[in-house]
Amino acid sequence: MATTAAHAAPVASEENTGLWSWLSTVDHKRIGILYLYTALFFLVVGGLEATVMRTQLMKPNLTVVTAEQFNQLFTMHGTTMVFLVIMPLSAAFFNFLIPLQIGARDVAFPRLNAFSYWVYLFGGLFITLPILGWIAPNGGWFGYAPLTTRAYAPGLNIDFWVLGLQILGISSLAAAFNFITTIINMRAPGMTLMRMPMFTWMSFVVQFLVILAFPVITIALVFLQFDRFFGTQFYEIAAGADPLLWQHLFWVFGHPEVYILILPAFGLVSEVLPNFSKKPLFGYNVMVYSGIMIGFLGFGVWAHHMFAVGMGAVADTLFSLTTMLIAIPTGVKIFNWIFTMWGGQIRFASPMKFAIGLIAMFTIGGISGVMHSSPPSDLQQTDTYFVVAHFHYVLFGGAIMGIFSGIYFYFPKMTGRLMDEGLGTLHFWLNFIGLNLTFFPMHFSGMLGMPRRIYTYDAGQGWELFNMMSTMGTYLLVVSTLVFFYNFFKSRVSGQVAGNDPWEAPTLEWSIPSPPPDYNFAQIPVVTSRYPLWDLKHPEKTAGVDHSSASIEEVTGAHAVPMHEETERRTAKELGLPMPFPTIKPLFTALFMVLMIGGMVLKTLTPLSVFVATLITLAALMVGSLYAWLTSPLE
Amino acid sequence: MSSNSAHSEEAHEHPTWSTYKWIALWLTLITVVEVWAYYIPAFVASNYFVPALLIMSAVKFTVVVMYYMHLKYDHALFRKLFVGPLIIAIATFFALMFVFRKMFQ
Amino acid sequence: MATDAAHDAHEHHHYTTTGLDHKKIAIWAFIGSECMLFMSLISTYLIYKGKSVVGPWPHEFWCKATNTAAATAEALAGCPADQIYKPILNIPVTSASTFVLLMSSLAMVLALAAVEMKDQPLPAGAGLGDRMLRSSKLWLWMTAILGATFLGFQAYEFTSFVHEGLTIKTNLFGSSFFTLTGFHGAHVTAGVIWLLTLLAIDYKRGLGPKDALKVDIAALYWHFVDVVWIAIFTLIYLIQ
Repeated sequence: MATTAAHAAPVASEENTGLWSWLSTVDHKRIGILYLYTALFFLVVGGLEATVMRTQLMKPNLTVVTAEQFNQLFTMHGTTMVFLVIMPLSAAFFNFLIPLQIGARDVAFPRLNAFSYWVYLFGGLFITLPILGWIAPNGGWFGYAPLTTRAYAPGLNIDFWVLGLQILGISSLAAAFNFITTIINMRAPGMTLMRMPMFTWMSFVVQFLVILAFPVITIALVFLQFDRFFGTQFYEIAAGADPLLWQHLFWVFGHPEVYILILPAFGLVSEVLPNFSKKPLFGYNVMVYSGIMIGFLGFGVWAHHMFAVGMGAVADTLFSLTTMLIAIPTGVKIFNWIFTMWGGQIRFASPMKFAIGLIAMFTIGGISGVMHSSPPSDLQQTDTYFVVAHFHYVLFGGAIMGIFSGIYFYFPKMTGRLMDEGLGTLHFWLNFIGLNLTFFPMHFSGMLGMPRRIYTYDAGQGWELFNMMSTMGTYLLVVSTLVFFYNFFKSRVSGQVAGNDPWEAPTLEWSIPSPPPDYNFAQIPVVTSRYPLWDLKHPEKTAGVDHSSASIEEVTGAHAVPMHEETERRTAKELGLPMPFPTIKPLFTALFMVLMIGGMVLKTLTPLSVFVATLITLAALMVGSLYAWLTSPLE
Repeated sequence: MSSNSAHSEEAHEHPTWSTYKWIALWLTLITVVEVWAYYIPAFVASNYFVPALLIMSAVKFTVVVMYYMHLKYDHALFRKLFVGPLIIAIATFFALMFVFRKMFQ
Repeated sequence: MATDAAHDAHEHHHYTTTGLDHKKIAIWAFIGSECMLFMSLISTYLIYKGKSVVGPWPHEFWCKATNTAAATAEALAGCPADQIYKPILNIPVTSASTFVLLMSSLAMVLALAAVEMKDQPLPAGAGLGDRMLRSSKLWLWMTAILGATFLGFQAYEFTSFVHEGLTIKTNLFGSSFFTLTGFHGAHVTAGVIWLLTLLAIDYKRGLGPKDALKVDIAALYWHFVDVVWIAIFTLIYLIQ
């Protein structure tokens, strides 16, 4: 921080501004920033939906919204927060950070990366806009069939949901193949797997969860889509269908999805905690293994979401056991974070406050989660506000707190300026108090029997006080989020200039200018330990701790130079570095694909000939754009 | 996987035409036996039918993956990328068969 | 050697950690992901096996009037002839199409070998067979035609099933059968288009050892679609 005055204020070079440059960008950092802004926009949308719901539930028998509108609000709140906010906020960090952390100039497939983003944006709008006309999806974020089949949900609402999720799945899958390849194949010389920063490690695990979990929901959605549009009978109980088919397929996807949401946040705080404790992460290897363990076991616990359906004693017991088992690697992580702080010189900057907030809040959510792993206990809590309290502690107290921590930490790398510390502290405390005021009382209203997803309730059941508290907490969260946005936009313009390494951090991304030039590293560095920058500038911080270090002779690479602080400011062209061309083709491919899949809603609105003609035209346009993209040179 | 050499070798000893030819012959032969078995009612009714067919199919699957997709000769990384997901897929398959009471109960 | 030539193609590429090509890593990750896709489809078919409330059935005769099933038509004595539906699955036809797809995999490996060997001089006294083995166009065409033949068999199968009274809407068997095999057929179709694209490149500028990777990746996809069919043929068609 003391050195920042010496750095020039960041300026965008001329060719990197203007709308066209954003539409045609293939730079992972700019795509990351697009993800960040878009996801923050959807955070506001999802937050407003929650605020309306909490206003409706503030007192008994209010009529702010109707029952039908309430259904749409809770469906879209869940869908938005899961698919349009937390996953893309994580994706913002995957995009921005992974290449920087492993010492790469871009991701493996830059244009596929742009495609992923545009599919996300168009798909997000497709699924979000219907709420403006109150024709939004209304079957819950889990969309249980047969409730969502045409017979019980005749309108367009569920059509938007089925098709929207299908579109968003394509975005996540394309991104996952990209990041798997990037992490395997684009690490700088010396960046062995066991020297990778913890965020990159957790992201690596998450990409595998995505490629294995999303195909399952894709198929479940295809069945539902076929049932709704083409008259198949997958969820037709009268035809002999099993009412649990959807639930099983959904949760085979749904539980790994929970870890897809939380592991990136775990990765972010694993970067923040060592940095602000000024000592290496405690038990790096165990942190890696427990991350992999969580990912692997995550595929064996899905049916704990379904204890109430009566699967029988054997299945209940097995899934209960695996669920208890998965608490172990998660607990290991909590303890390792605490031991990382233990004996460190802790600095309570905003990222650190949010990181510690995550540990505390996630632990509460984790413990109530273990309560659910026992079927007899779960049967008391299932479908009550107790469960709502549980998963908001994990997702808001965990994932969102971790992501805020990451935003405060990496804002200077993204923009070249620091966020305001005073406003950050205010944001943290308002957020912390607001979240506990909102969600802690839900434990009580839940145990008193208040069911989830009801749009109103009668007085005299002992729920009034707790609901009033939850609603007040929500309003506090609105204020805290406003403080965050004010801080975000103010600091972007006039925050303190950051320089390369404002936090004296240990990993590669802090060795290059802020914001980084489009080629990231003018010279690819040789990595000789987990904390190359500390070895270089603050050897005392890693002294006596095993951090997988080696001498430079052991790790020589053909096109690499020893670790240094990069000050290069020339353009890629001046340095003779080949960079991918900007191109609009991924955007068009994404647009036509979204229109083609989204165009399925016309099935019930137009004559068959118009429907078929539209789809064929859009498919032809998509394939045309795709061929144009694939046949044009990358760089 | 963590090799630092930019040129750690890919497949070196590719199988040749005669290997491919023999594999195709074996695949055809196993398929003939499978279909033949299908037309022996006594065998179909026995307890050996399903395991026998599953084993034959697994052999065909493995042979194609090892030789035609040359996993046997290729970088170990590709084996990990395929076998890992395959194990999760097979485990999930058996778990689903279990919860829907198609097996083991 | 073929692999050396493949490395020449890499020379102007960027540094990679493993020395492997990005696209090949991505296609294997994609194939891993596809395992879960087809697992879901096959599981659903098996979960719904025998759950349909009406026929036609995959392996049994069905009397529509009484809604009863039996292993033989004779066992349905008393059922009017126009009410009897045959077992749907046609093992002889599907065995033929399975054989066709297996042979297409053979053609595919030969196409890849031909591309890899293209720059090597033919040995002295090479016969027609040796010459054929060097023709990437021949084997790519062969693969694509065999793939298209498989699709032809599938089209025949689907239309005859519809004539025999089974559509995607008829019962759970129809829904899950047509969706599963339809998904597989769509994968084969995509593969045929991919092969035709490679052929177009071959006619335009000739595929050589530097393109081996391009062909290899298409081949991996093609063989994977083949192994999925190996599983489907046993689990869906042969096991009753």
